[in-house]
Amino acid sequence: MSVTTPRILKAGSLLILALFGQANAEGDNRSDRIAATVQDSFVAKRQAGMDRITQDYTQRQCTQYADAPLPGTVSAEIMRRNRATIKPPSDGVFLGDVTAGEAVARRGRGLQSSDDPAKPAGGNCYACHELAPEELAFGTLGPSLRQYGKLRGDSQFVLDYTWGKLYNSNAHIPCSNMPRFGHQGILTEQQLKDVMAYLLDPASPVNQ
Amino acid sequence: MNRRLQKLRQTVGMLLLAGATSAAAQSATEAAIAEYHEMFGDENPAELWEIRGADIWLQKRGPLKADLTGCDLGLGAGVIAGAYAQLPRWFEDTQRVQDLETRLVTCITTLQGFSEEEVLAVKFGDGAKKSDLEALSAYVAAASKGMAIALPMQHPAEQSAYALGKDMFYYRAGPHDFSCATCHGESDKRIRLQALPNLTVSAGAQHAYTHWPTYRISQGELRTIEWRLQDCLRQQRMPQLKFGSAVAIGLTMFLAKTAEGGVMAAPSIRR
Repeated sequence: MSVTTPRILKAGSLLILALFGQANAEGDNRSDRIAATVQDSFVAKRQAGMDRITQDYTQRQCTQYADAPLPGTVSAEIMRRNRATIKPPSDGVFLGDVTAGEAVARRGRGLQSSDDPAKPAGGNCYACHELAPEELAFGTLGPSLRQYGKLRGDSQFVLDYTWGKLYNSNAHIPCSNMPRFGHQGILTEQQLKDVMAYLLDPASPVNQ
Repeated sequence: MNRRLQKLRQTVGMLLLAGATSAAAQSATEAAIAEYHEMFGDENPAELWEIRGADIWLQKRGPLKADLTGCDLGLGAGVIAGAYAQLPRWFEDTQRVQDLETRLVTCITTLQGFSEEEVLAVKFGDGAKKSDLEALSAYVAAASKGMAIALPMQHPAEQSAYALGKDMFYYRAGPHDFSCATCHGESDKRIRLQALPNLTVSAGAQHAYTHWPTYRISQGELRTIEWRLQDCLRQQRMPQLKFGSAVAIGLTMFLAKTAEGGVMAAPSIRR
């Protein structure tokens, strides 16, 4: 007995080492492979500085696993980190102005090197989502959000969930195609509130 | 001629606008282009760039007072038939993988004696400011019309350019976390009303790549793949993609290889 125990322990620790080593095997990381070349291939232009080339943890992992299954541990870590970034509205009020929200949903400009940084950025919701029935020029990269509020109501759960989704989409779906509007500073807190109203207010065109 | 072009552009613009409000939203762009062809036949303003390119090709210019008929685009000096369908490729003399535009720059600087700075002064045309590179690209691309894309892909540098392009295609960065794959990684998707080709599969890549260079109706200009890539990356909120950079060549290689077997139809006409 006293002979076999260390052997089992040894085998176990080897297995752990192998798994651990595998999980941390960053030797063949896609971002590392191309980092230097990417740096050399771009030049800062107006508001689009070279800092935009640098990836955070989420971008790096989502690049590595873009065309492969996302490992469960990485998936959980992405969600954990992004959930931690979500700041609820400072005054506790989730819903802003429907009309202003509609403008944010329609506007596509913002943060491109060709855009005026003095003007507010848009959320460009219609690029990917169906919303109000009268707007036929909607994209299909994201799911339809028609009658978003009518179907879900306005419970505290729905308010928190929707705010979190807009603030940081990766808190719920790791490597989502949807930008992290609050976390990345694309939209202001007021703009997020306005989009919330556009989605959830029963009087919003979205809910007709 | 210019007034006629302007009228064409206005007509297509109105057709696109009308299409955007119709219920048949998804195919509005295609319908407008089809209607354009119905009204104006196969007439494509890109021909003006082709003609100008042919003229530049034969003109004796630069400090060395030479034409470009000695330019080797990969199939031997002066051979343009089918050359574009086999680019990008490795060139021994420059020790680089080059796309059409960077190779044209090599020819203009070495054969005619212009400086690279002079050639790249107008990379992309803008109204009266004409780009020789765009005109020459249209001329050379037209000589591959009807030919299947077939890349040599033998040299290790060609293979690593492809690998780099593929990695870059999936590289997510910037405030919006966008990569090329965000919009071009799935089939049958659209942004607003614009259909998005899936550039990771043969059919999608062929649909896109075989048409460039193309006459962009919305811009009134002929545009090349180099222009298209830097404009995509601008919309991804990235900094400016450098002309002829490793990433530009790599992405072009990735697209061309994925589109392999597709029949070249450039210069074409697009919205």
